[in-house]
Amino acid sequence: MRKIYHRIIQISGNVITVEADNVANGELAEVKSGRGTSLAQVIRLDKGRVFLQVFAGSRGISTDSEVRFLGHAMRVAAADALLGRIFSGNGQPRDKGPALQENLIDIGGPSVNPANRIIPRNMIRTGLPMIDIFNTLVESQKLPIFSVAGEPYNELLARIAMQAEVDLIILGGMGLKYDDYLYFKETLDEHGALSRTVMFIHTASDPIVECLLVPDMALAAAEHFATNEGKRVLVLLTDMTNFCDALKEIAITMEQIPSNRGYPGDLYSQLAARYEKAVDFETAGSITILAVTTMPGDDVTHPVPDNTGYITEGQFYLVNGRIEPFGSLSRLKQQVNSETRADHRALMDNMIRLYAEYKESVEKQSMGFRMSNWDDKLLKYGAMFEQRMMDLSVNIPLEEALDLGWKTLAQCFEPAETGIKSDLVKQFWPKSDNADKKD
Amino acid sequence: MSDMLLTGKVTGVNGNMVSVAFDDRVTQNEVAFVLTDGNDRLKGEVIRVRGREADIQVFESTTGIKVGNKVEFSGQLLSVELGPGLLTQVYDGLQNPLPELAKEAGYFLKRGLYIYPLDREKTWDYSPAAKVGDCLKAGDTIGSVPEGIFTHRVMLPFAWAGEWEITWTAEAGAYNIDTVVAKAKNGDEERNITMVQTWPVKIPISCYDEKLMPREPLVTQVRIIDTFFPVAKGGTFCTPGPFGAGKTVLQHALSQRSEVDIVIVAACGERAGEVVEILREFPHLEDPRTGRHLIDRTIIICNTSSMPVAAREASIYTSVTLAEYYRQMGLSVLLLADSTSRWAQALREMSGRLEEIPGEEAFPAYLESLVASFYERAGLVRLRDGGQGSITICGSVSPAGGNFEEPVTQATLKVVGSFLALSRDRANARRYPAIHPLDSWSKYHSIVPKDKINEARAMLRTGNEVNQMMKVVGEEGTPTSDFVQYLKSEFIDAVYLQQNTFDKVDSGCGAERQQHVFDKLLDIIRHKFTFPDKDAARSFFQRLRQDFIDWNYCPWESDTFKAGEEKIDSLIKNGK
Repeated sequence: MRKIYHRIIQISGNVITVEADNVANGELAEVKSGRGTSLAQVIRLDKGRVFLQVFAGSRGISTDSEVRFLGHAMRVAAADALLGRIFSGNGQPRDKGPALQENLIDIGGPSVNPANRIIPRNMIRTGLPMIDIFNTLVESQKLPIFSVAGEPYNELLARIAMQAEVDLIILGGMGLKYDDYLYFKETLDEHGALSRTVMFIHTASDPIVECLLVPDMALAAAEHFATNEGKRVLVLLTDMTNFCDALKEIAITMEQIPSNRGYPGDLYSQLAARYEKAVDFETAGSITILAVTTMPGDDVTHPVPDNTGYITEGQFYLVNGRIEPFGSLSRLKQQVNSETRADHRALMDNMIRLYAEYKESVEKQSMGFRMSNWDDKLLKYGAMFEQRMMDLSVNIPLEEALDLGWKTLAQCFEPAETGIKSDLVKQFWPKSDNADKKD
Repeated sequence: MSDMLLTGKVTGVNGNMVSVAFDDRVTQNEVAFVLTDGNDRLKGEVIRVRGREADIQVFESTTGIKVGNKVEFSGQLLSVELGPGLLTQVYDGLQNPLPELAKEAGYFLKRGLYIYPLDREKTWDYSPAAKVGDCLKAGDTIGSVPEGIFTHRVMLPFAWAGEWEITWTAEAGAYNIDTVVAKAKNGDEERNITMVQTWPVKIPISCYDEKLMPREPLVTQVRIIDTFFPVAKGGTFCTPGPFGAGKTVLQHALSQRSEVDIVIVAACGERAGEVVEILREFPHLEDPRTGRHLIDRTIIICNTSSMPVAAREASIYTSVTLAEYYRQMGLSVLLLADSTSRWAQALREMSGRLEEIPGEEAFPAYLESLVASFYERAGLVRLRDGGQGSITICGSVSPAGGNFEEPVTQATLKVVGSFLALSRDRANARRYPAIHPLDSWSKYHSIVPKDKINEARAMLRTGNEVNQMMKVVGEEGTPTSDFVQYLKSEFIDAVYLQQNTFDKVDSGCGAERQQHVFDKLLDIIRHKFTFPDKDAARSFFQRLRQDFIDWNYCPWESDTFKAGEEKIDSLIKNGK
């Protein structure tokens, strides 16, 4: 029988302090107060004093509330019984199913040994030309969608998840609006994907500390399925900015010195510890992480998107309902786009370069300057590009999208104007478009 | 020895800092081990002593540590092992070989598991050099073994003070690294010398005659660097830039193409995926200079972002110490540290836990002096045998928000000799490598004469001014002559500053080729073209650009290269 402690000597924010001995750093405890029972985690030891972060918040805890240490850290049931289930951030069922007790494993486990990783090699097809051609998504990639409130980022996330060829989907929702939670549930259900999905959901009205646990719960489950069962797992995390704000809240409560706009100095390491769980193994499955990072004030230099960008392998930049070609980047595309088709890379680079020039022409036009021949060509091209490539409603396979790219170029430019290597022009430049060009 | 072991007891845990009440005495920066209930032995370093309490920065997760757990003090400063077999290795920040850890522990890292950095069984063909009776000092050669294509010197241990007389030497033969290969005495004391020695990472190895001025260019085969912002062997340079500007791609290009003997890649707090590329590809990529594989001249120190933060701090020192060891053998070493900002953040995290008074952006006040002393470990030195060795350090910096005003970038700029500013605008426009041609600078000598570079630089500046002007007055308000200058500057950018790292030929542009191509570029810059109108000028330069880019993709001095050159010449001649 474990000892029960009754003397709480400090309550500050969501952190309570008790005097206890033989307590391990990171251990869980149960705190019983008039409001009910909540889990809490040891976050600091100082001589006889134990600092506990109470998951449900400290509201209603009295100085004589009961604290009982459980002798283990936060755990999740690593078992097939997870599939189709919905849990809250502290691991309790959110649906009507039973709590799971089998094969419990610690969350927030150690990093994968880099020597065991392999170079990502499989493209994930999404049917969106802005992704497939220009910023190819790759299995085991970690990629956030940078966006602002009001953009359809959760819709984009759900769409990619439904189209991607993966074995399992694990959804981690942090500070999710209840509507969004229902949206994900319905969409997954509609596509018959619910039975291969696990959800860990923290909604905006749940206690803030539980928000911190969501990514770790989701990723620990993902690691189990990837390493022990060889599954290709897609983890969706939305919205990581809420996770960071929860970190900030806790850090300030703990009187840590903030580094940048109130965020703790270890924000980078905290984010990296989660995102780096994305991995591909030679002899086991893989974990791909797609996350949402909303940028307060559309400011990419805000600490959250900034630190995220340094960790993730690129980002999709969602603005005005479109994936912006500038600012969006898939760092792993080089691993796969040399094997798709010979023209993929050259087309990708040069179409974007021309689109950048188009943007300059638009600027000139808006300032009332006379448009040169070249500007006119660019304006025509830009409009086509936005309609054929950038619109989120476009849903075509990569090869078709590449052909459409060549067609667009041929309708607007002479081959030499595109800056594409001559041998590729010879091979891919459409020959039948001469009539079309004179319109 | 066990009766000598000094111990203590844990009194507090805060993140990765553990406070310990010690029994007898402790030494600042000595290594200590925390023994958990689960029988883990967690390595740490003493970083502060107050009264009877020492604060230890633990290199592992501190979950499960309890107040009252036992702590053992080793008496040794944090050190690395130096000896043959370091090349081709992949280490974590504490010099544990990662592939060996993987064999022991599987997919995930296991805390408290430490493995010898060097292979104890492998034998090396040893040839003695020193003779009985020789009087040697620390760092002098005792003998040598072949390590790949290099002659690996076995040296009198760097930590031995004074003069040592050799009293015995082993005969030539195959020995493992722990075999005694010589004995030496100083006064009454006689010691054994093996092929392996240890050295504390935070102290520079300085067993050389003197530090020299770095003058010889280090050819990286990246045109914009070698021609415009060169780096010298023994110099220092930094590549700050926002995320997505291509820091890591640039570092990979440098690690593959740079004309140096040994490359040490310190992946410090960055993505694991990036190291994996090196790890998996280098064993197969051919080193164009030697015909061997790239891995044969490479050491990888890999403490990626999700690995323990305290070990990240150590990894920078571990890598520079290994660099100093090979410099001591008269080799030129390039150390690529990606990224020093993550190292600085590790310092910041620890400083916060120690509740030190924070400096700017909560970085510790001593950040600048630590950054400076790290870069100062680079340098070209004359060894005592008259030979020369060098360490060139390239630090990438990841400034928050891409803003170069932040403390780490500023501290770095004070001490480096060359600054390659990576720009988000250039990266967005897919102009790679995204080194900004107007913001960057270098204090070293280029492979191209200075006056020629100034000409090209002047054209880039003029072109930029015309471009700015055009944004105000429009293209129609710009004289054709100015417009041609703008086109020329854009041309320099497109065909010379930009380079395709993913193309076999274009990715490696040797010094000779650069000089040749640069002269051709100057011909075009100097040529006075006359065009009827701007459209004619634009289409002429588009054609010229196309031919020039095609020429860049032709192998040096091949037939296609010559044909490409003729094509360009005739185009210039006929250009109006």
